[in-house]
Amino acid sequence: MSKEQKEREPLFSTKNIKLLTTPLNLSNPITVQVLGICSALAVTAKLMPAIVMSISVMVVMAASNVVISLLRNGIPPRIRIIVQLVVIATMVILVDQVLKAFVYDVSKQLSVFVGLIITNCIIMGRLEAFAMGNKPWPAFLDGIGNALGYGLILVVIAFLRELFGSGTIFDFRVIPQGFYDFGYVNNGLMILPPMALITVGVIIWIQRYYTRELIEEN
Amino acid sequence: MKVLRNFLDKQKPHFEKGGKFEKLHAMFDSAETLFFVPNTVTAPKGAHIRDAIDMKRTMIVVVVSLFPALLFGTWNIGYQHFLSLGQSPDFWAMLGYGALKVIPLLIVSYGVGLGLEILFAQIRGHEVNEGFFVSAMLIPLIVPPDVPLWQLALAVAFAVVFGKEVFGGTGMNIVNPALLARAFLFFAYPADMSGDKVWIAEKLDSFSGATPLGDALVGNFDNTPSFYDMFMGFIPGSIGETSTLMILIGGLLLLVTGIANWRVMFTVFAGGWIMGLLFNLWGANDYMNIPAWQHLIMGGFAFGAVFMATDPVTATQTTKGMYYYGFLIGMIAVLIRVFNPAYPEGMMLAILLMNVFAPLIDHYVIESNIKKRLKRLKVAVRS
Repeated sequence: MSKEQKEREPLFSTKNIKLLTTPLNLSNPITVQVLGICSALAVTAKLMPAIVMSISVMVVMAASNVVISLLRNGIPPRIRIIVQLVVIATMVILVDQVLKAFVYDVSKQLSVFVGLIITNCIIMGRLEAFAMGNKPWPAFLDGIGNALGYGLILVVIAFLRELFGSGTIFDFRVIPQGFYDFGYVNNGLMILPPMALITVGVIIWIQRYYTRELIEEN
Repeated sequence: MKVLRNFLDKQKPHFEKGGKFEKLHAMFDSAETLFFVPNTVTAPKGAHIRDAIDMKRTMIVVVVSLFPALLFGTWNIGYQHFLSLGQSPDFWAMLGYGALKVIPLLIVSYGVGLGLEILFAQIRGHEVNEGFFVSAMLIPLIVPPDVPLWQLALAVAFAVVFGKEVFGGTGMNIVNPALLARAFLFFAYPADMSGDKVWIAEKLDSFSGATPLGDALVGNFDNTPSFYDMFMGFIPGSIGETSTLMILIGGLLLLVTGIANWRVMFTVFAGGWIMGLLFNLWGANDYMNIPAWQHLIMGGFAFGAVFMATDPVTATQTTKGMYYYGFLIGMIAVLIRVFNPAYPEGMMLAILLMNVFAPLIDHYVIESNIKKRLKRLKVAVRS
């Protein structure tokens, strides 16, 4: 009994905190692992959908990570992908229904992309790489951490795209009318997905410039 | 000249290692080599081809070959402007009006572009390259005369940073920076880059300012100018692209000096013409029925073929590849014009698309050559 007590670590040990913080920078799902790019391009034209999308992904990722982690010893290895997909799909449908019930407008804007969370490589990747071999609590933290890293990039991109593409933040006009009178025009390219990709590129550029660990040796 | 040399020699120690302005070395170097041939020449030992031509000389020839189109374009801005007002002042008034429009564009293009180039060269410790002299000259020629200067500045910055510097600078870019700047403007600020309002500077609203391509797109073929007008360039359009004659004069200079490749230039025209003929055969609507040669003198086709497609960095490098490359540019440009209702001009998109495909074409040309030679070798060994 006393031995077991020793092994039990505190809920927020350094190791567990690390699970939350490394995905924000050093192993960011978008800028370092380059996963989940499609949704980062698709839903970031405005800030509101991007935030809702991030929260949805967070809920799905944390919940399915916990469920898979609980089931991990009972899943036959040969059909584990199918089991994971079933779990993710269930969560996504739940989230989709909740969104439809409470924030119908945003749900309409996100349209098919909520359903496409199922195919978000980050979730599948975390289930395979982490939840299948770890206890529920670390798996939960890992899910939250990765979703935070994903959401952080999404919000930054969406902020820049909405500001320069539509001149608004949360649909509230922030660029004063005087600018427009003076000849300022919203940048139509920011609304289009290619510019989102370039924005991701710039974020990666800046991140690598400031993070020594990420600089590759040639 | 001697005064200049002496002055530069006097200043030189300040910019060398340990000098006061060591950090500004790249800037000094670019100014010095602009006026004089560098002191460091190819080592006397070994087998080298010695030639006076270097990158600076090449770029200057291209800039010179752009002058006919630039001068004509400057005059044409004035001509179209006064035509739309119903006036006809003398030659110098038109040229002067055009110059007032073109010179700010040139200053912004060169200022922003070279500034960024020098900045990047400085940070990386490279020399400043001359590649941008041509791009900065090309960009004002492919935009409408009334484009807002801040938009142009933004487009130039975008093209230099994301088209060129992120790939490693001059000679490493995948797509043509000048066209990238135009594509940026086209997609970011469509209201100032397309439609029939922008091609004539400060025109009256009652006067139709549509380009021949714009008219053709909406099926208005009665307004198509005569062959003479389109060939000489008395039509509204981007600054440098209206006069096919002036472009061909520049193209001739490029071909005579051997700087542009005749294969690319020729096959672009051939591709566009053949695609036009194919559409004539099909003839499903009015646009398909316009004469095939008309495609070659309308819009930016000639300008793209002569100055954009032949860019040695972004074009294919293999001889055989050049034929495919040029041919496809011509065909796709006409295809986009006729089929895509959103883009009246297909040349920009066609060249950018083929720029991206150029390395692939080269790859397969080389592969097929290797295969052919292997086969020959096997036959030779067997017999």
